[in-house]
Amino acid sequence: MLLSIDTSAGTSVAVVDRDRGILAEYAEADTRRHAEVIGDLILACMSEADLAVTALSGVAIGMGPGPFTGLRVGIAAGQAFAFGAGKPVVPVISHDAIAFGHYAAGGTGPLLVVTDARRREVYWSTYRGADAAGLPERVDLPGLIRPDDLPSAVADYEHYVRLDADMVSAGAAGMLAETLFLHKRPFAGAEPLYLRSPDVTLPAGPKRVS
Amino acid sequence: MNMSAPLVSAPLVLGIETSCDETGIGIVRGNTLLANVIASSMDEHARYGGVVPEIAARAHLEALTPALTAALAEAGVALHELDAIAVTSGPGLSGALMVGVGAAKALSVALDKPLYAVNHLVGHVGADVLSESGPIDYPTVALLVSGGHTSLLLVRDLVSDVELLGETIDDAAGEAFDKVARLLGLPYPGGPEIDRAAIDGDPTAIRFPRGLSLPKDLEKHRYDFSFSGLKTSVARWVEQYRDTGAELPVADVAASFREAVVDVLLTKAIAACHAHGVPRLLLGGGVVANARVRQLAEVRCAANGIQLRIPPLSLCTDNGAMIAALGAQLIAAGHAASHLSFGADSTLPVTQIQA
Repeated sequence: MLLSIDTSAGTSVAVVDRDRGILAEYAEADTRRHAEVIGDLILACMSEADLAVTALSGVAIGMGPGPFTGLRVGIAAGQAFAFGAGKPVVPVISHDAIAFGHYAAGGTGPLLVVTDARRREVYWSTYRGADAAGLPERVDLPGLIRPDDLPSAVADYEHYVRLDADMVSAGAAGMLAETLFLHKRPFAGAEPLYLRSPDVTLPAGPKRVS
Repeated sequence: MNMSAPLVSAPLVLGIETSCDETGIGIVRGNTLLANVIASSMDEHARYGGVVPEIAARAHLEALTPALTAALAEAGVALHELDAIAVTSGPGLSGALMVGVGAAKALSVALDKPLYAVNHLVGHVGADVLSESGPIDYPTVALLVSGGHTSLLLVRDLVSDVELLGETIDDAAGEAFDKVARLLGLPYPGGPEIDRAAIDGDPTAIRFPRGLSLPKDLEKHRYDFSFSGLKTSVARWVEQYRDTGAELPVADVAASFREAVVDVLLTKAIAACHAHGVPRLLLGGGVVANARVRQLAEVRCAANGIQLRIPPLSLCTDNGAMIAALGAQLIAAGHAASHLSFGADSTLPVTQIQA
């Protein structure tokens, strides 16, 4: 069983079990209240699943891509929960969770996942389809682009079913993590997928004031 | 979750501080310091001449778990032994604060320990309960000076009655040091560099203005500070001097600038002590590392019959131990834990000791 947290869009928290599926899932769609709601959502999921922390085998965390301030709240919370519980973290790519959910619900074939990156840009990922285990087969690493440029950036754009998501389900992220583990596939890296450098420019020399 | 205060007079508290560029994890038992681990991202900001919020926030996320591990090892305690967790919920940089807030909430739920969301500035005052000077006598005036804050407080009680007497209306004092250091071609952070450059300088060589000290300013801003005009004044002086082609007397400029900052800080702090009949002054914040601040504070306090308290430097700069200490004080006073729904508040007023 895993606690699962994704804050790459809104805030989503779930408890999942490989055999029994999603045992509890709570979400807040507001993309500016991650820090406020994260604690209560974790508590609600643990209460509803009626689980002791010791019963968990790890904490799945959506590593993005996502706008950084919110994304970090979920990663920080997931890492701290895992630290407190003495359990490992299981990082997954948030777009993979969307694709996993899509295929698990019966979707097939090429899929283009798009999420809001703010500042008039979007994050995007493409998938060929799902493999025998139900795991999405990603074409390339997630990218950052202006929405108008997306059709020309994606080869064979018309072949894809386009899925614009405004929420990433922690339940899907958790089940993705369980399935990856079951089939001995690698998890995502430990680094958040910010896909943007910090906004900063090197200062010019001091300006004259007189 | 458990929100009632643990019934212990010397609670074991872990404090998390991420309001600026220092990831601080501290552990205290009541007023006893057990661990004070600080991971700073200062070096990553140096080339930009100031703290870059996004760089600071990213660094917090990377530093948090290693700092937790190190603090527990240093204190020799296990997580399950903790009575409570405390975290800075403001004031500070939003994105940076949220890393600590998110982590603290999750840790609190994972361990089923009460969580105290506390005020960073009051934490700076609370730091001194951990020093070897014994309990703080109240009321006391507190002068907190750092790269992000310049505040004068009247503390009647650490956990229930803190009044903001004044604060900077533009730059923080530490920021002024950074900016003037740049003018003089000195690296970041500016405080220690100005301190070093000022050693051989004459503090009376140039009379730079003392912000908000004229009678008309004092009417409205008796205990407020302003360093923006001072910085511009130094810039103008430096430009005019350089225009003459002569070599800039860096030591004199540094010493005179520093004197202007320190003079106005202490003049207002001492005035507050007199006006409120409080013969006690407590200093806090990273700028207290400045040698001249400590020196002039000693001279002026002695001359005015004011008892001066300066916490050890490791407790003056941002740290998690002071947050833990304030949490422990709140618990000892019987305060209930914070509700889990608090957020990061970049402008949390100092009157709100606990969120």
